[in-house]
Amino acid sequence: MDPELLARFERGDRRALARLITHVEDGTPQGRAALRSLYRATGKARSIGITGPPGAGKSTLVDQLAAAFRKDGLKLAIICVDPSSPFTGGAILADRVRMKHLQEDPDVFIRSMASRGALGGLSRTTGAVLKVLDAFGFDVILIETVGVGQGEVEVVREAETCLVIEVPGLGDGIQAIKAGILEIGHAFVVNKADNPGADRVSEQILTMLSLNPNPPEWQPPVVQTVATRGTGIDELARQVRAHWAHLDAKSLRHRHLGQRRVADLSDILKARALGSASQRVLARPDFTELRRQVELGQIDPYEAADRLLPFDGPDEWRLP
Amino acid sequence: MTRNSKRPASSPTRARTADPSHDRWEKETLPKSLEKMPERRKSFVTTSGHVVERLARPDADAEPPERIGYPGEFPYTRGIYPTMYRSRLWTMRQFAGFGTAEETNARFKYLLDHGQTGLSTAFDLPTLMGYDSDHDYSRGEVGREGVAVCSLADMEVLFDQIPLDRVSVSMTINSPAAPIFAMFLGVAEKQGVAFSKLNGTLQNDILKEYIAQKEYVFPPAPSMRLVVDSIDYCMREVPRWNTISISGYHIREAGSTAIQELAFTLADGLAYAQAAVERGIDIDAFAPRLSFFFNAHNDLFEEVAKYRAARRIWARKMRDEFGAKNPASWLLRTHAQTAGCSLTAQQPEVNIVRTTLQALAAVLGGTQSLHTNSMDEALALPTEKSVRIALRTQQVLAHESGVANVVDPLGGSWYVEQLTDQMEQGALDYFRRIDELGGVIPAIEAGFFQREIAEAAYRYQKEIETRDRIIVGVNDFELEEPPIEILKIDPALEKKQLERLSALKARRDAGVVSRELGRLREAATGTANVFPHLLACARAYATLGEMMDVFREVYGEYTEEATF
Amino acid sequence: MTEQPHKIRVVVAKPGLDGHDRGAKVIARALRDSGMEVIYTGLRQTPKQIVHTVIQEDADCLCVSILSGAHNHLFPEIMKLLRENEVSDVLVLGGGIIPPEDVPGLKQIGVSEIFGPGTATFDTVRYIREHVQPRA
Repeated sequence: MDPELLARFERGDRRALARLITHVEDGTPQGRAALRSLYRATGKARSIGITGPPGAGKSTLVDQLAAAFRKDGLKLAIICVDPSSPFTGGAILADRVRMKHLQEDPDVFIRSMASRGALGGLSRTTGAVLKVLDAFGFDVILIETVGVGQGEVEVVREAETCLVIEVPGLGDGIQAIKAGILEIGHAFVVNKADNPGADRVSEQILTMLSLNPNPPEWQPPVVQTVATRGTGIDELARQVRAHWAHLDAKSLRHRHLGQRRVADLSDILKARALGSASQRVLARPDFTELRRQVELGQIDPYEAADRLLPFDGPDEWRLP
Repeated sequence: MTRNSKRPASSPTRARTADPSHDRWEKETLPKSLEKMPERRKSFVTTSGHVVERLARPDADAEPPERIGYPGEFPYTRGIYPTMYRSRLWTMRQFAGFGTAEETNARFKYLLDHGQTGLSTAFDLPTLMGYDSDHDYSRGEVGREGVAVCSLADMEVLFDQIPLDRVSVSMTINSPAAPIFAMFLGVAEKQGVAFSKLNGTLQNDILKEYIAQKEYVFPPAPSMRLVVDSIDYCMREVPRWNTISISGYHIREAGSTAIQELAFTLADGLAYAQAAVERGIDIDAFAPRLSFFFNAHNDLFEEVAKYRAARRIWARKMRDEFGAKNPASWLLRTHAQTAGCSLTAQQPEVNIVRTTLQALAAVLGGTQSLHTNSMDEALALPTEKSVRIALRTQQVLAHESGVANVVDPLGGSWYVEQLTDQMEQGALDYFRRIDELGGVIPAIEAGFFQREIAEAAYRYQKEIETRDRIIVGVNDFELEEPPIEILKIDPALEKKQLERLSALKARRDAGVVSRELGRLREAATGTANVFPHLLACARAYATLGEMMDVFREVYGEYTEEATF
Repeated sequence: MTEQPHKIRVVVAKPGLDGHDRGAKVIARALRDSGMEVIYTGLRQTPKQIVHTVIQEDADCLCVSILSGAHNHLFPEIMKLLRENEVSDVLVLGGGIIPPEDVPGLKQIGVSEIFGPGTATFDTVRYIREHVQPRA
């Protein structure tokens, strides 16, 4: 425990911020205590999720978009998530390679995270790290997901604005733009738009959006960019700001934050319920014996559970 | 045996019956070559006194298969000249450059005095990346790995008293190749040497930078445009200049296998040829000015096979796919350098042995010129002594070993021919995969080459660590040893270079500089050949950094996706 | 949120103008394969960018690969910036082409060890495991 850490964090010390993120990622007691004391200071930052297939140019796009927001004087944090090796648990996090322009800017903070076994494009602690950055006082937090394909809908839970990146030439367009991705995007970006087929991809997205039987209040725009040259970035930044204005005008942002807080409550309660139940079960003198009997097939797990943790709630909770 | 048996004993030549292809070669191909390039001696003799036949060949009646053929004939598997080193030894060309232009000029003269036959210029990293010595990024790197050249003024000092109409000069420079070559032409003008008399090679191979060496500045497309602009200009104005040296050397140094080196290099060569043809340049006008640059590594026979396969593939591609009619277009001429990455910091003297083996591979493979590395290069830039030993290594091979007295001595070896076929097949397989990705540039952008090379490099390292591969002095036969003497770059050189640059900026005509840079910008933005404008900038003493900044502004800078 | 053993985080940096990233990439892979999290910076990083990265990523270790001969300029610069930013608990290692006679000077300014050509990657891995500051 470093008693000074939180105080330094609150004074705006970036090294304390970085160290606290490590505590949160590692789930240390200090990390947990800090999350609790920081919680009330969260909810101010705008969060933007960026998702898309590998090779779509996500890092370059993040680099450019961040530079555009920097021109507005906004303080920025960027979280880049890359996969951990399922075999060794190690990871190579190389998104910074494409973010050269931001590396020396004192108002930009970039943190690379390994997915550490989580699926869905983020790591288990991405949401918590987002809160730490939010509490630190960043205006905008960009989250770049693992580019594993189309499975990263997780990002919606954490980010209030979701950008879905597509590129021409990644196989059959319709195949690449899978259902599920369409529902989460607040804006669609067709990057590498100087390659042939960009217009076709844009049209396909628009067509598929128009097929939605329940048109949402917000019509997601489709923006063409060439991130390596900065083309289309201003328009993308404008669309993101428009989405912010939309969220504010309709009080959607408050609703989103409210939902997040309730989800956090639910997570905490689940963890506590599980913990307190485990504690009670483990404390019983007959636990080892009953477990052995289940193992040998002498009694069934339901019966053992009824004896270890009597529970008179509804059936579907009692008998999963 | 009598003491005066100077007279060569007659060689045991077998009586041969019909061998029409050999007769044809002797009647048609050979005499033309002998006329242009007579052999170095009337006869070559072994230490036992046997006369060395020019060309060993299959037994009587057996004609060589088409894929092996005869030296100096399509598909050139056995070499591009009928008599090879019997007429002319390979060019011994040691890469040199460090400090400021004065130091390198002195090293050049030293090498020429010691029997070197051509010059090869190494530039420092700021120059290679197109920065002047006074740029922030240049700090600590000026004159370290090569010579610092910021303007025509430096180039004038670099080649002071070196007659450019007689000494062939090779320049290892890629992204800034065009502005540097413009400065070189500026020196030729000052020396009063006509461009048409200049002889040498510009590396100018940008594709392998994206693939392996990573000293790129601009994105691939504008980089290719600059390459084609220089090919186009030289074809018309500097006709004896090799405008591009398509390099596998760096691909190998980055950790590739021999097959990858062969395949990726030839794929790059084909991409340049394609780009020039698309510009409307006649293949037979520029293909004869293309040259190659391969690595020479430890695996002796595989290396020999690589050179032989390279010539065969290139000849077939040029003749059969590009429709080149001029036989000079079919020839793959190559420079070779022994493998820097194979040198060890441990027991560095042993590197002399490695280099000898590698040099032998290049010579048996039929290279046209050769650089041998110095033993201390895993530690620092080479000292004068270690450079001399490296040059002596080539001289021993050329004059003592006897390998230069016969053409393609390994031709017809079952093992070497089989390896040659395997190398060729491996390269063709890679060509297919590159085509499937849409060509070399899309494959670069997809990280294909980079991934293949990273994979091979990692595998090689693992083999060493598990001792599946023994490197003498590194994972076996180790020894505690005192350090050897190495070259020190005087930090004062950087200061000297900075002073020279600021003096130049003060004395040149700033108005002319900015006018010429403006014209260069216009050309770069449009489609006109930028080369004449680079020459004008060089003459006005615009700096390399200033010219490159114009391109940076117009074309943008490139960053690659990291691949592992 | 359950506590996980701390993952060693290593920044692999490649300052200098040259593009020889073979060694940096091999070591990055070897560290990953030994279970560490490697932050790879890419080519041509300035000392300032490297130090920012070390701070933001809260690295346990910084591996710097230099083949350009500029180590006597770059290492002092990096060490100075680390000191100025009060970063004292990061293990700094060097690799690449560094003459033996320059090693003592580099160690004196705080570089823990230099791993030259021919070092087995597992030696580097073991060294890092044994020498990073333990995290509480």
